[in-house]
Amino acid sequence: MIKNKTTQGYILNTLVIALLLIGFSFIKEAYGKAGDFKLIIAPSIWQCCYLIILAASLNLTLGFLGQLSLGHCGFMAIGAYSAALLSLAAERAGIFTEKSGTAFILVLAGCILAAGILAALVGLLVGIPALRLKGDYLAIITLGFGMIIVNIINNLPFAGQEGLAIGSASPSLYKNGLGFGTALKVTYIWVAIVVTLVCVAMMFMFVRSKYGRAIRAIRDDEIAASASGINTSFYKGLTFAYSAFFAGVAGALYACSNATLSTASFAFSNGGILNSTFVVVMVVLGGMGSLTGSIAAAVVMFLVNYQIKNGMWVKLLPMWLQNIFAFPMLVYAVILVIVIMFRPKGIFGTYELSLRNFVSDMKKQRQSRLLQKQNNKEAMSHE
Amino acid sequence: MSDERKPILETRKLGITFGGLVAVSDFNIKVFQGELVGLIGPNGAGKTTVFNMLTGVYKPTEGSVLLEGHVLNGKKTHQFVAAGVARTFQNIRLFKQMTVLENVLAAFTKDIKYGMLDSLFRTPRFWKTEKELKAKALDLLSIFHLEDKSDYIAANLPYGQQRKLEIARALATDMKLLLLDEPAAGMNPTETAELLDCINAIRNRFGIAILLIEHDMSLVMNICERIQVIDYGVTIAEGLPDDIAKNPKVIAAYLGQ
Repeated sequence: MIKNKTTQGYILNTLVIALLLIGFSFIKEAYGKAGDFKLIIAPSIWQCCYLIILAASLNLTLGFLGQLSLGHCGFMAIGAYSAALLSLAAERAGIFTEKSGTAFILVLAGCILAAGILAALVGLLVGIPALRLKGDYLAIITLGFGMIIVNIINNLPFAGQEGLAIGSASPSLYKNGLGFGTALKVTYIWVAIVVTLVCVAMMFMFVRSKYGRAIRAIRDDEIAASASGINTSFYKGLTFAYSAFFAGVAGALYACSNATLSTASFAFSNGGILNSTFVVVMVVLGGMGSLTGSIAAAVVMFLVNYQIKNGMWVKLLPMWLQNIFAFPMLVYAVILVIVIMFRPKGIFGTYELSLRNFVSDMKKQRQSRLLQKQNNKEAMSHE
Repeated sequence: MSDERKPILETRKLGITFGGLVAVSDFNIKVFQGELVGLIGPNGAGKTTVFNMLTGVYKPTEGSVLLEGHVLNGKKTHQFVAAGVARTFQNIRLFKQMTVLENVLAAFTKDIKYGMLDSLFRTPRFWKTEKELKAKALDLLSIFHLEDKSDYIAANLPYGQQRKLEIARALATDMKLLLLDEPAAGMNPTETAELLDCINAIRNRFGIAILLIEHDMSLVMNICERIQVIDYGVTIAEGLPDDIAKNPKVIAAYLGQ
């Protein structure tokens, strides 16, 4: 029997993930060709995957480092465009001709990695001057950065406002790049899942090491952190770049799951699901300082977004409510207000869901709740 | 006092001005290995300003700070800590949302040798370092009788224990000189007595030098070997506790002319 709790946890998590993947692959085999799976479930999983990476990576800066960054989708745009352009260049150079075989897989892996690295470099470049500022000022700087990135991409001759889909000279991602159509989305669904698993694991390893301790120390008290020998500017810059890396990877996955890219989808004024404020909402909803919380919140917010737009039940609602649902941002705002009112720390707070400790954690919570009730009763009887 | 010994900390004509206000001027102090020196003075005399200059929070406008003969002027706070100066704060500054153990572990950060790849792949080096540090941290906490509270969130500790945890965290930086900014502020007599025991324990065990700011004159007189008094940023007296207590300038500064 393995005594070490950490090893136990690793083994349990690996087993559960492996079991889930095997189960999923059976489902895929059985229903992979069917309309619903191909048209709805597979694209949804792709979208969920990049939203999970996006929310979890923002949590590194927002929840663990404690710096409000409103330009996270800017890094995502950099990742998406660099992955897309690289794949188009690779196709033109003749490295791959069809979307199968090792050459394509290698190009795909290279694109995803390059997207992350480029976003991380830009993150470092922005982070070093920006992180000298705090709070509201940093928020404004990063907000501006997100807008600047979109404008720069708009004016690049090889990217452009129209995205990557106009005319025969600017080929579409589906035809020539790394974009996956509905059938390929099912075939390559493992790419999204594996990338997400690796990214989340990397973030966990970061948070549960000296780096995580250092940045949480900075969040709790920057002056005390530097008085404890922590090089605050180094760890801040590192975390900013590290979180931008994953935003870039999320961008690459976004490029994989779309036929075209357009800067409008990353813009601040965008009312859709890809919007820096929307990602902030996800992090706050899940709990600042809980990676598992961010993952859960990303899935929940995706489902809310999907249901509002496509749910059958929406048609049964009164007209005025349907009219409100036409502006999803209003609904997110209401959700956020409700969460802030009843659970200001977010759904998870700083609690990390752990399969190994789940039962004992639940027990502990129940005990403390019972104890509180008892105390309340005693206090009442004294009065 | 033998002047042939090399002081751990030495300041030469240290001074700082904020705009036109001269906060501290011509501040000279020498602290030797294993010594406990007190820095006292009325409210607003510039004691904490001196501490902030000794830890790199403020950059002195004149003079220099030397630690074991090395000039530390212009360095950043974390570089002061790396050189061997650790401090506590007048109003407790803990990492409030972290556990007691993590508070101490965070202070080890600068000495941890493993890098990003070690932590990503969880190499044997990572586990070995983490295990050693955990043992070291628990050992430090046991000096302050905090080892069974290592899983508590720091903010949930009672006041006296928060003070002790702050000192434990400062000790974790492996320093040569410990600066304590009003460690007994807000403590009741029992807690103060406990704190004095702790200070004596760490002096015996680590043999470090301590520079202490304290308001409570009776307390300072009891434990300090030497005392330096400042008022309006100027040193008005220095010497043995008994001499300080009789010094007319000090009495005037504390009671008013």
